[in-house]
Amino acid sequence: MRSPGGGTEHAWTVAILVAFALLALLPLLTARDDVLNFVFLVLLSITLAQSWNIVAGYAGQVNLGHAAFFGLGALTARTLWIAGTPVVIAMAAGAAVATGFALLIGAAAFRLRGAYFAIGTLALGEILRTTVGNALPEISTLPAASIAGYRLAPRYYLALALAALSVLAVAALARSRLGLGMQAVREDEDAAEATGVSALGLKLRALALSTALAGAAGGVFAYYHISYYPSHPFGPGWTFDALLMTFIGGVGTLQGPVLGAVLYVFLKEYLTVRWVDFHLLIFGALFVAIVLIFPGGLVQALVQAGNGARRRRARRPGATT
Amino acid sequence: MTLLAQQIVLGLLLGGLYGLAAAGLSLVFGVLKVLNVAHGELIMLGGYGAYWLFALLGVDPFAALLLVIPGALLLGAGLYTGLFGFVVRAPEETRIKNSLLVGFGLALALHALAVRLWTADDRSISTGYGGAVLTVGPIAIPLIRLASLLVALALIAGLHLLLARWRWGKAIRATAEDWQAALLTGIDIRRAYLLAFALGTALAGAAGTLVSVGYSISPSIGLEWTLKALIVVVLAGLGSMLGTFVAGLFLGVAEALSAAAFGGPYREVVGLVIFLVVLVLRPQGLFGRAPR
Repeated sequence: MRSPGGGTEHAWTVAILVAFALLALLPLLTARDDVLNFVFLVLLSITLAQSWNIVAGYAGQVNLGHAAFFGLGALTARTLWIAGTPVVIAMAAGAAVATGFALLIGAAAFRLRGAYFAIGTLALGEILRTTVGNALPEISTLPAASIAGYRLAPRYYLALALAALSVLAVAALARSRLGLGMQAVREDEDAAEATGVSALGLKLRALALSTALAGAAGGVFAYYHISYYPSHPFGPGWTFDALLMTFIGGVGTLQGPVLGAVLYVFLKEYLTVRWVDFHLLIFGALFVAIVLIFPGGLVQALVQAGNGARRRRARRPGATT
Repeated sequence: MTLLAQQIVLGLLLGGLYGLAAAGLSLVFGVLKVLNVAHGELIMLGGYGAYWLFALLGVDPFAALLLVIPGALLLGAGLYTGLFGFVVRAPEETRIKNSLLVGFGLALALHALAVRLWTADDRSISTGYGGAVLTVGPIAIPLIRLASLLVALALIAGLHLLLARWRWGKAIRATAEDWQAALLTGIDIRRAYLLAFALGTALAGAAGTLVSVGYSISPSIGLEWTLKALIVVVLAGLGSMLGTFVAGLFLGVAEALSAAAFGGPYREVVGLVIFLVVLVLRPQGLFGRAPR
């Protein structure tokens, strides 16, 4: 079986990591907050999309409650960090809480298959959002001392490191037995079980990895934002963003969520200047078209364009291939 | 005690709309095996249709049903032809998953469109008789919501008759039961699909109209109503429209009781918890038969 990314995962991993290395120089080159904020959003989105991609793209489970894990990570990290815990440890704790919750509900949630898993997780996410909104209705604002000492650069580097980690995790997963097992479950769960792998075990591991990254991303969000409602990171919009970015880029590929996140954040920020939420009209329609006509997203489009060009070259008189 | 009884009555009145909202979703899911998560957005559009008719032309919201329902029928036929007709070509499991994704994209687009057209503000139709109340002992029943409940019941009964007696209603039921057998007996199942989807959309439009008059609408109510409809469908199972209506009433009362027990904000949680428990306990048997 050919991989949907056209067998170029390795080249893409290197290219993305080189791009990240160059982005590490950005805070040294510019002091413009708007530029750094924009790249920060792209990096956070890459992590969010890539983490969603692990469960949806590799293990084939559409998790519509992803925001719950992002939110749990944000809630835990924010609470610990404001109480004085070093931010990296607070983030790790956020990731641990998100993963712990995932493992707690995982076995029950994976009794549901396909679309039922999707609507079940959607309901789960809404339960958490409503409950957190009711239990913690007050806005969470940093203490005045931290606001005075607020600097963007450490937030930026944390987001960069996490985005690189998520890409490396997926790159390692895609080549491993574990990742292949997940893909077998995605293609046909019963057939995979028949070959002796535990579908539930593989799905749980995919969910654990995915929610750990989402929880850590929530931690970065909590570290970055000066004030927000605690229920905000639990909002379904985070799940929908991750889903759109992943599908537009190419679900189940390494580079798809990265390309999708860049395109999505860019268009969103550009369009929001004029019309609030207008990007959702475009992306909603684009998403429908992708599901119906072009299930491989941008990555598939690039691969086909590349193949087309190669075929045209081969057809030229005198060409040897 | 009176307060509790009052809450239960209000819960029943709202529950009737849950039942109507779920009936459309249930019909579409049962017949097409398509899970349209944009159903709540269709309800929202129906509400704005009635709102527009009222604000621009002064049409009474209950009379507006006579325009909103045919309009929603046409919209449903268009959505089936343009979108969901492509989804039903896939085998069943892919079909449900793809329909979920397509519905999701449609929901986002419709939500953004509604924000453009009508802004994100809450809207409600206030008629001259909006404040009228029927008093039964110590309990006050808002007349407009009572009328909405009766209209919802009438529509469900009408749908039931349509499916039971009408030639194409029988074709729709046959297709829902076994599309291959239906095909073999000469039923044009594509047409049955189209009709079922259009009817489902019409029910959503009617539900939206009733929501806009007794309650309020905004572009973001879609997800909430989709979830309510899903909860009711899970409770009721597929097949019986009257059963769906009763399950809607049950959800309305369950919400009222949990609001009384745990405080207002948690009323949203109870339905979702029931939903998850039923889903997990009956992962396959939920909608009739096991997905292969």
